[in-house]
Amino acid sequence: MDQRTYLENQAKEIRKLTIQSIATLGVGHIGGSVSIADCLAVLYFDQMHIDPAQPKMPNRDRFVLSKGHGGPAVYATLALKGYFPMSLLDTLNISNTNLPSHTDMNKTVGVDMTTGSLGQGFSAAVGMAVAAQIDQAPYKIYALIGDGESQEGQIWEAAMFAGSRKLDHLIAFTDYNKMQIDGEVHLINDVSPLDRKWEAFNWFVQVIDGHDVLQIRDAILKAKANKGKPSMIIMHTIKGKGVSFCEGKVTSHNMPVTKDMAKDAIERL
Amino acid sequence: MMELRNRQLRDIYVDLLMEAAQKYPNLVIVEADLMRALKTTVFQDRFPSRTINVGVAEANMIGVAAGLANMGKLPFTHTFTPFATRRVFDQVTLSVAYSRLNVKMVGSDPGIMAQLNGGTHMSLEDVGLMRNLPGMTIVEPVDGVQLAALFPQIIEHIGPVYIRLLRQEFDPIFEDAQPFTLGKGTRLCEGSDVSLFASGIMVKEALDAKTMLAAEGIRASVVNIHTIKPIDKEIILEEAKRTGAIVTCENHNIINGLGSAVCEVLCEHHPVPLRRVGIMDHFGEVGKKDYLMEKFGLKAINIVEAAKAVLKHKSEVKGD
Repeated sequence: MDQRTYLENQAKEIRKLTIQSIATLGVGHIGGSVSIADCLAVLYFDQMHIDPAQPKMPNRDRFVLSKGHGGPAVYATLALKGYFPMSLLDTLNISNTNLPSHTDMNKTVGVDMTTGSLGQGFSAAVGMAVAAQIDQAPYKIYALIGDGESQEGQIWEAAMFAGSRKLDHLIAFTDYNKMQIDGEVHLINDVSPLDRKWEAFNWFVQVIDGHDVLQIRDAILKAKANKGKPSMIIMHTIKGKGVSFCEGKVTSHNMPVTKDMAKDAIERL
Repeated sequence: MMELRNRQLRDIYVDLLMEAAQKYPNLVIVEADLMRALKTTVFQDRFPSRTINVGVAEANMIGVAAGLANMGKLPFTHTFTPFATRRVFDQVTLSVAYSRLNVKMVGSDPGIMAQLNGGTHMSLEDVGLMRNLPGMTIVEPVDGVQLAALFPQIIEHIGPVYIRLLRQEFDPIFEDAQPFTLGKGTRLCEGSDVSLFASGIMVKEALDAKTMLAAEGIRASVVNIHTIKPIDKEIILEEAKRTGAIVTCENHNIINGLGSAVCEVLCEHHPVPLRRVGIMDHFGEVGKKDYLMEKFGLKAINIVEAAKAVLKHKSEVKGD
């Protein structure tokens, strides 16, 4: 099997598990979870130096989901990778679960930072990259932010500092799916031009199709080879990508998902 | 032996920080463009690679510190109290406290000690904010001797700590080599009529008030609460049972600070008459310490008046 097919299959599996876990409770953040499935597939099944058997391995790469509401996709990825049993995915947001709506490193094996209040995870990722820089560490800090999240001031505080400090241990992604809770990003508070913004903050910027696994892979490889600047990979994505009932729909941010909807969507993946 | 009395508190603090940095190679400082205020520039000269100045961006300072702690560093953040708390409350809440990360957050110039920076820089709510966060420890050292004794305990404590730090002048209260324990109050003197609980700059006023009360035949205990959270319930209840009358003295709004913390303990376990001396739910204003102490009723005489009022209340309750 070639690498494209392998990674596309992993992404499809992540989408399937995400839909299933959200359908167990019947509601959840589906749109912004499945839009990052391809990125997660490339990171966890190709690029990140990690070992599910040693989730706290000191020299592992770290991943911070700053848009913490994409938690369901991360849990699907971690389960698929073998961090915990698949059956745990059925407990998403159910009382006493270890899989809360937003990622929590004190609850979930394999989660590297607690996030949920937008902008904060990105700052923490910058701090983690500062630690890596001080220690001249061999690992990378990966961070994923949303486009709506990019309206938060803290994103740009952290961006300015990371650029100023030349944090090349940091490789970040923007899930540029053009939608936020209240509507289309460009109609609410337009974040464009994202590429020029990040360039102006002294980042190494790449703009790619965030649903093309090989483009994602190639961009990460280029980011790893880049020295002296943090990297921002702007991924053009579609909210709800691949899920028939919510693809490209603003209402997909957090919506009811019945078992029938899930079954139908999984068949169409 | 470090000089702990005839110096500004920031100089003592930075010496302690540098001493600790030698012992703890993971200790780093995270700054937001106020290094010259607290003189952590001295630390930077000695440990440049362990000094991270994010510029005027306090939210990012807390986030970066959380990230550093997450990687095993021991970060100390420094700024003025309002920017250490209310400006970054969500960052402290989620990235530090909720995430259970070991970040030590220093706020300098607490309450009216912002003095000439004025009302905008006066944090009269910072203790209240931080007190509401599960797992947070709040320490307000009175002087150099106490700071030096508590500092190693603050470092050894695993979990977030908010340190409400005087920056320049302070009234030396304690002699060298006095033992202090994080989380335990310090009784300065024992009386039988009324108990004065004080923190920070109010300790000296409480001691002066004790002397003034003694001249009128009223015997007062003075207890310094340097750790406002977790509060020392034991010493509060001991005093309440012995004197049956309490006055709290704080450089903070009387809502949600030391007075409230003492009230909570008393109400649940041993209710006795109590008066709170502190800022009476006002914002601050510009001025020097003496003016502000008088303006906001933080002087020894205000404590004396409160003590007499609470004694009257006590006698009424008893039906004397």
